Amino acid sequence: MRRLFRTLSLLSLFALVAPALRAQDTIKIGEFASMTGKEATFGQFAHKGTLQAIEEVNAAGGILGKKIELLLEDNQSKPGESATIVKKFISRDKVVAVLGEIVSSRSLEAAPICQNAKIPLISPGATAPEFTSKGDYIFRACFIDPFAGTIMAKFAKDTLKARRVAVLSSVSSAQSVGIAKFFRERFTADGGTIVADQKFSEGDKDFRAQLTAIKAAGAEAVFAPAYYAEAALICKQARDLGLTAPFLGTDGWESADLVGIGGTAVEGCFIVTHYSPENQSPLVAAFNAHFLKRWGSPSNALSALGYDSAMMLIDAIKRAGTTDGPKLRDALAATKNFPGAAGTITLDANRNPTKSAVVLTVKNGKFAFLQDVSP
Amino acid sequence: MSEFLQQLLNGLSLGAIYALIALGYTMVYGVLRFINFAHSDVFMVGAFIGYYVGKLVPEGTLWGGMIVLIASMVGCAILGMTIERLAYRPLRGAATLNVLITAIGVSLLLEYSGQVFFGAAPRTFPQIFPSANFSVGGLVISTNQLAVILVAVLLMIGLQFIVYRTKIGTAMRAVSLNPKAAQLVGVNNDVVISFTFGLGSALAAAGGILYALNYPSIDPLMGVMPGLKAFVAAVLGGIGNIPGAALGGLILGTVETFVNGSQWSTYKDAIAFAILIIILLFRPAGLLGKFTVEKV
Repeated sequence: MRRLFRTLSLLSLFALVAPALRAQDTIKIGEFASMTGKEATFGQFAHKGTLQAIEEVNAAGGILGKKIELLLEDNQSKPGESATIVKKFISRDKVVAVLGEIVSSRSLEAAPICQNAKIPLISPGATAPEFTSKGDYIFRACFIDPFAGTIMAKFAKDTLKARRVAVLSSVSSAQSVGIAKFFRERFTADGGTIVADQKFSEGDKDFRAQLTAIKAAGAEAVFAPAYYAEAALICKQARDLGLTAPFLGTDGWESADLVGIGGTAVEGCFIVTHYSPENQSPLVAAFNAHFLKRWGSPSNALSALGYDSAMMLIDAIKRAGTTDGPKLRDALAATKNFPGAAGTITLDANRNPTKSAVVLTVKNGKFAFLQDVSP
Repeated sequence: MSEFLQQLLNGLSLGAIYALIALGYTMVYGVLRFINFAHSDVFMVGAFIGYYVGKLVPEGTLWGGMIVLIASMVGCAILGMTIERLAYRPLRGAATLNVLITAIGVSLLLEYSGQVFFGAAPRTFPQIFPSANFSVGGLVISTNQLAVILVAVLLMIGLQFIVYRTKIGTAMRAVSLNPKAAQLVGVNNDVVISFTFGLGSALAAAGGILYALNYPSIDPLMGVMPGLKAFVAAVLGGIGNIPGAALGGLILGTVETFVNGSQWSTYKDAIAFAILIIILLFRPAGLLGKFTVEKV
């Protein structure tokens, strides 16, 4: 019995030391993403972009003389999972930084944990403004909701010439609540009227009641900040009810599943997002060509943001010359004119990038580039 | 006016689905006096059977749709009876609480094995029945909505017929009234209980198909919210009472829709459930339930 105990304790000692020994030869980066579940395509595309960045850097010899090891965990698009994953990354895997994720609500879960551990967190797509206010170790690679909300309000007024607009937003998604607020403020400040302001909650599948009210209010356009699974059903049910007004959406709509579920109902909707593969700049062309070769499908905003978040981190590690938390944080905060696939990134004092956006429309079942909007 | 009628139609079609699921809860409760929480996941499995069978038949035909509906109902009836045989029968005679916890366990088992087998990503449900929209004086009616109400009414009439006009239905009522006495007069309780589970699960499958037709995005956790609402509907109507479950479903669906279409849509579930609490305060046994003092 005593011998067994001794063997066991030796084994457990080894188990404790072994990962530490291995940690010496690679730089570990943790990534949490919604690889399955309701927003599965977000996580999958962001991960493809992130992995591509890591592979490119490793193929060129790595950084600081070491290869990078990317650890991926799936949060199944569920609330509550991300916090557990990030704790595991920090305490067990000893990652130097964390990347994730596209959805604001779940990125917000991870922020306080990274902040307390002094491990930098970069979200590729969390657009909710409060995300980076969680602490000075929290960064993002995308524009923020006030910008997207304002663009859509201007688009509705100037391009669609709509004066009477309805808003259909979620009560439980941080992004939807925020962006709807900024849309409303801008649109009414420009002299427009919000004729109906309807709400739904995450996981809802029946929107007929809200849409019937919107139709009765005589809206000329409908702004619906939602994620694609809901957005597709919203469009479908709207067309079933004979509501023909054009729909305006956000980056949350960008997924092939939007067309898969929504079919012809999503034709002609407009969305504001971060990137279009049809952009002609050499950086985008190169990224898109590599992406196509590596994954066999064209890139989208999520993959470009995933790529940018990883590249921003790698750039900062190079400049810092170390993976030490506080020094890496300072280097990240000093990111300036960083050429990303989804636009040039310069972080402001609140660690938010200033960058341009694009408006896309759905045409023949595909997202097509419509216009470029600078801040 | 047309907005009011439109909302009423929306509410009734949503309520009809709640009612179909609620029937399963109420039947099992009526016979066994316990809440089968796995019921809402049988509903989900019903939708997934429909999804896979729906790929084999041509889309948008009436006979194809009927095949899918029947296949799914038969599949779920077998699943329901298997669950009863494996999980609940060994606990016959045990405390109700034990069975209740087992039911929650079965529910979680179905949800998470569903995520393994079907994947957690939402799937697009095929349009298995022919569908069209037509408008009558500003009122837009979709055939899917009509189909939901029609199928629900037909199944409820069929259920009423089985329970009150057939031998097995009489046996079900006998077991519900007094299981021991039923056994004494020659009713095989196991067969009756098995049949009840089969019938309830078949109704859940029909509900799953109709739900997926109206909201064509299905995932392994799709049963959770409708299941909860249907359970509430069953309690609202008086649990154990079949017309009560139908009435409860329709009321809940309609109230939810009207609140959703008003400017208070943020509070839709709060208001729907507040109404439930008020009704239960005045009628503790539900709308159609009989309040009985339990004798010791």
